[in-house]
Amino acid sequence: MDSIMSADFLAAVIAGAIMASMPLLFAALGETISEQAGVLNLGLEGMMLAGGYAGFVLAYWSGSSWVGLLAAILAGIAVSLLMVVFSVRMGRDQIVVGIAILFAMQGLTSLLHQVQFGESYPRLGEAAMLSIPGLRDIPVLGILFNQPAVVYIGVALIIIVGWIFLKTNFGLNIRAAGWKPVALDNAGVDVIKIRTIAVLVTGALAGLGGGYMAVVTAGIFVPFMTHGQGFIAIVIAMLARGRSTWVLIGSLLFGTALSIADGLQLVGIEVSTDIVNMLPFVFVLLALVLFGRQSYLPAALCIPFERGKR
Amino acid sequence: MGGRGRETAPAKPDAATLVADECTQDLVAIELCDITKVFPGVRANDCVTFSVRKGEVHCLLGENGAGKSTLMNVLAGIYMPEEGRIRVGGSEVCIACPRDSIDLGIGMVHQHSSLIPNFTVLENLLLGQGKGVRLSVTEATQGLSRLSDLLGVEVDPSTVVSQLSLGQQQQVEIIKALWQGSKVLVLDEPTSMLTPKGIEDLEQVLVRLKGEGLAVVFITHKLHEAFTIGDRVSVLRQGRLVGTIEPDTMRASTPRQLQQMVVNLMFPGEAESLANVAELQDLSDVVGSGCVGRLGEPLLELEDVTVAAERGEVGIGEKLSLTLHAGEVLGIAGVDGNGQRPLAEAIAGQRRVSGGDIRLAGKSIRKLSIGARQRLGLRYVTDDRLGEGIVGRLSVAVNMVSKSIGSPPFWTRGRTHPERIEANAKTLVDEYHIMTPSVETQAGSLSGGNIQKVVLARELSFGPKVVVFNKPTYGLDVKTTTAVRSRIRQLADGGKSGALVISTDLEELLALSDRVAVLSRGRLMGIVSNKPGAEQEIGALMIGGTHVD
Amino acid sequence: MIDTATEQALPADAVEAPALWRRWTSGFWRHAAPVVYGLIAGGVLLLILGKNPVGFYWTTLESGLLTWGGLMQTIIRLAPLLLMSAGFIVAFQAGLWNIGGDGQFLMAAALVGGLGSYMVDAMPYGLALVLLCVMGFVIGGVWTIVPSFLKAYYNMNEIITSLMMAYLGINLANLLIKGPLLTTTSFVPQTNVIPFDYLLPYLPGTKIHIGIIIALVVLAAIHYMQTRTGYGLRLRILGANPKAAVHAGINVKRDIMTAFALSGALIGLAAAVEILGVWGYVRADWNPAFGMSLFAIVFLAGLNVMVVIPFVFFFAVIQIGGHEAARQAGLPNDFLLLLIGLVLFFMVLTEWAREKGWPRMGRKTVATVSEVRAEEAVDNG
Repeated sequence: MDSIMSADFLAAVIAGAIMASMPLLFAALGETISEQAGVLNLGLEGMMLAGGYAGFVLAYWSGSSWVGLLAAILAGIAVSLLMVVFSVRMGRDQIVVGIAILFAMQGLTSLLHQVQFGESYPRLGEAAMLSIPGLRDIPVLGILFNQPAVVYIGVALIIIVGWIFLKTNFGLNIRAAGWKPVALDNAGVDVIKIRTIAVLVTGALAGLGGGYMAVVTAGIFVPFMTHGQGFIAIVIAMLARGRSTWVLIGSLLFGTALSIADGLQLVGIEVSTDIVNMLPFVFVLLALVLFGRQSYLPAALCIPFERGKR
Repeated sequence: MGGRGRETAPAKPDAATLVADECTQDLVAIELCDITKVFPGVRANDCVTFSVRKGEVHCLLGENGAGKSTLMNVLAGIYMPEEGRIRVGGSEVCIACPRDSIDLGIGMVHQHSSLIPNFTVLENLLLGQGKGVRLSVTEATQGLSRLSDLLGVEVDPSTVVSQLSLGQQQQVEIIKALWQGSKVLVLDEPTSMLTPKGIEDLEQVLVRLKGEGLAVVFITHKLHEAFTIGDRVSVLRQGRLVGTIEPDTMRASTPRQLQQMVVNLMFPGEAESLANVAELQDLSDVVGSGCVGRLGEPLLELEDVTVAAERGEVGIGEKLSLTLHAGEVLGIAGVDGNGQRPLAEAIAGQRRVSGGDIRLAGKSIRKLSIGARQRLGLRYVTDDRLGEGIVGRLSVAVNMVSKSIGSPPFWTRGRTHPERIEANAKTLVDEYHIMTPSVETQAGSLSGGNIQKVVLARELSFGPKVVVFNKPTYGLDVKTTTAVRSRIRQLADGGKSGALVISTDLEELLALSDRVAVLSRGRLMGIVSNKPGAEQEIGALMIGGTHVD
Repeated sequence: MIDTATEQALPADAVEAPALWRRWTSGFWRHAAPVVYGLIAGGVLLLILGKNPVGFYWTTLESGLLTWGGLMQTIIRLAPLLLMSAGFIVAFQAGLWNIGGDGQFLMAAALVGGLGSYMVDAMPYGLALVLLCVMGFVIGGVWTIVPSFLKAYYNMNEIITSLMMAYLGINLANLLIKGPLLTTTSFVPQTNVIPFDYLLPYLPGTKIHIGIIIALVVLAAIHYMQTRTGYGLRLRILGANPKAAVHAGINVKRDIMTAFALSGALIGLAAAVEILGVWGYVRADWNPAFGMSLFAIVFLAGLNVMVVIPFVFFFAVIQIGGHEAARQAGLPNDFLLLLIGLVLFFMVLTEWAREKGWPRMGRKTVATVSEVRAEEAVDNG
């Protein structure tokens, strides 16, 4: 039995953590954007499932994981259109619409999967890896530089979203739409348009997260495979308070919690799956109790906007 | 106020009418023709025609609910009118959204702040301004310093807005409005947030802007403001424009005559009966009118009270002590946001005091819950009527007992007696002249004035000892205001109860109170007996003067 | 707003109210329309997938309602569903989003199932059943303490915390069943079995256990609480406007904790009734997941415990019959989830249309009827 501190163990844990944290990262980054714009997107998990299913099917047919991921993004956008139409445009309760999206997508993906594949669960090939010569040979940390290409896209997105929030007009508009939409409207910016874009981007990112899960991590689609990760992503977004670096940190933390069992198994420690499944949720609750008091949500979160409403 | 005449449109009195007409046509900045705006159940604007010329301040006067803000929101692109046309610089335009309005050079300072409290000044100014992808920070900073010079104010662009004083916030709003609209500036009730000194500053700024050739629309419900600030005054009543006083007439008339003219326009046939309404009078008339002079035993005592500030507001930072006696109305003056709400909520028990003691009839209530204080006879009439005063979805009848849930006669052993609740409501509806289709109507569907009456009916029934009124007449029409004020005075004149009246309206306090305490930046500046000359003393205290009474 | 608004509103309200039955039918249609639209949309989807929607729905109805066995199954299922709905309604009406019903349900189920066999051995069986029901009630309530405490004292979003507690509860229940509560008599990972004779008694002449009676009595009690007690009004104010609740001097912290606990307790009771009435034991990884899907139902019923009864009945028919229909059609059971999602979408859609005053037809009919009446009155007079 290897020592807990062995290089293999550490490398496995790091690799596993990155694997497991990417879907969270994409989804939480998306949720951050829509939360900052004032839309609480409880349908996130539904969007992930849609992305996962569409990504898997397209990757399966085309044989290319890139086609699959693109399809995942499009599926996520398509589902988020429901949120746009019902919550942003019609001003319906975001929580109810979010739950409706969750159910509809859970049901739909399971139904379509059954109709298409019956009881068989075909597998995909390995996703393309992007190795960085030289760096990948560093012991333990080398694993960081031998990852599926999408991982690097994720890291880039963190930087880009951070830049958008702080340095661009669009980022300012998004934050204004979440904090005081009336002020944004008075300033001559279409609040509905900003929120629409934010929700669509959220859909795209959640779809990508789900697609990553099915196409890159698992290579398989199983109904309900997201297993509450959409909600964990929402918690990460809430704790991150609109700062993308905290989205990265939060996702890695929860990713580690999700993947730690594999690492432990590698060194021969068997842990009950029930305990392992509980870990991330214990983490969330602890994080909320410890830091939650400081988490504050945009003032206009969940409040539909309608110009001149009396 | 000097310079009122000087900056008006130079339509020479001796010129031929035709020429004058042409001249004015050139100078008209915007023109609203026959604007009609209908909300469910009410015509907010009914065929209103209104225009403003370059280099003039046109005051739009009318009581609360007359449709002033609606008219200007039509101009700002927030409401689409059902009928009517808008002309800017002589050509007809369509304003479908705020963007259109801004592009036409119309800048607006709304009644409720349009600033985002947790954004910096610069971020607030940049909102909606940027053309490209990136924030144009350098440009904006330059623009800000140019406008600050023009207005004669100094603002640090990197300050978070919630840390500015309300006066400064308003300066930022004006800068923002000027930024958006270089031709026309609309100010909606801008003085409600300002000290007397702040109002003077604003007047000077407006003079300067007129000089720059800007057209200014100034909305107010206070007569004397309209006369001092405006070059032209138009009066709105129940959605209709009932008259305009032209600059010539303004110059030719005495304040008395002007006032008579306007009162007749605003309240045709009722001018006599409303003669005592403070808003319609000169300050000198009302001072001391509420003063009774005899004080009973102390009812509410605050001793060294401090209240911690919540995010983005002013708390009670310095130890505050005051005493309210039986039979007394004690006014608390000060510009909004100087610690009034924390003080009121601390007395009511909705917040904890961070230091000091509060006593009701000699007994400390500092540690008691809200409910326990209510049962001892302490009532709080909140300024946030819709937000916390009532539950809009529940019926008028239920709202009238919402502070006595579980107690007899409406509840016995936890069981509800709907018939008693209904009977109680019917009595109160009659007593307080509340206009409601029935007592089962949802309280939220009533008008603001009737909602306030529902709140008053609830708080003043069952023999209160001390009632804290927070801005009790804010946003009400004149009739309701009069009714509310006489209720407050009646309560104290009974001799057994006391009223603490927090108001930003100095005239109101002078008309109602026996004594007036002044609150500024969370500090009690002094307490003034309501006697002739009190107004000047209060004004001095508000801007930081000292006073020993 | 000026006072003329209400003055003008007066005559409109004074228009003669439509007859009671008309109000009833229009009220029913308002609640039921989204269901009908949802079923139609689901049918279209089935058609696209090459299945026969009419056949599917007919099988559902046949095996859930029109056969005696199916009807009994439906009524048996009704008991836990009604209790759970009541639990959700209590919380939702107080403005508390108790999303963690499944955790509360499974924790109660695991402990009731696990300890049940020991309890019936140790004491008279009637007493044991009562105590087990109380136990389910208490456990369900206890499982809400973390979210409700965080909500009451730190104003932390209870959607997230109750959901986290649900996932925790589901896993912990499994852990308990595979650990301390594991059966001693079988190799299957499950709890000990309560002997069949010691389960809840049947209603005379049927195989329906008395759970349905318990459920209806509890619902009536909740309805009374909500409409005729001070506590019920306090919760309504809390749900409608939390700031007003504070202002009115209501002890908001206490009421949040009690309402949340009552909600969880009713869900725990639902679990106890289901275990003691139907199963007698709990298998590991068993999760009927009633909770999530009932959200749609309680929203449709407008958070009214009386209106919810027909809706839950209908839902139970679909659950029982839909299972058989899905099996015959070769579809997964999850089709029901999709239906619920669709129904929710149609619910918000019809709500929106009503706000816009869209189906003017309905209103016109009412107006015409009263006009006709007025004419009749003139003729007669």
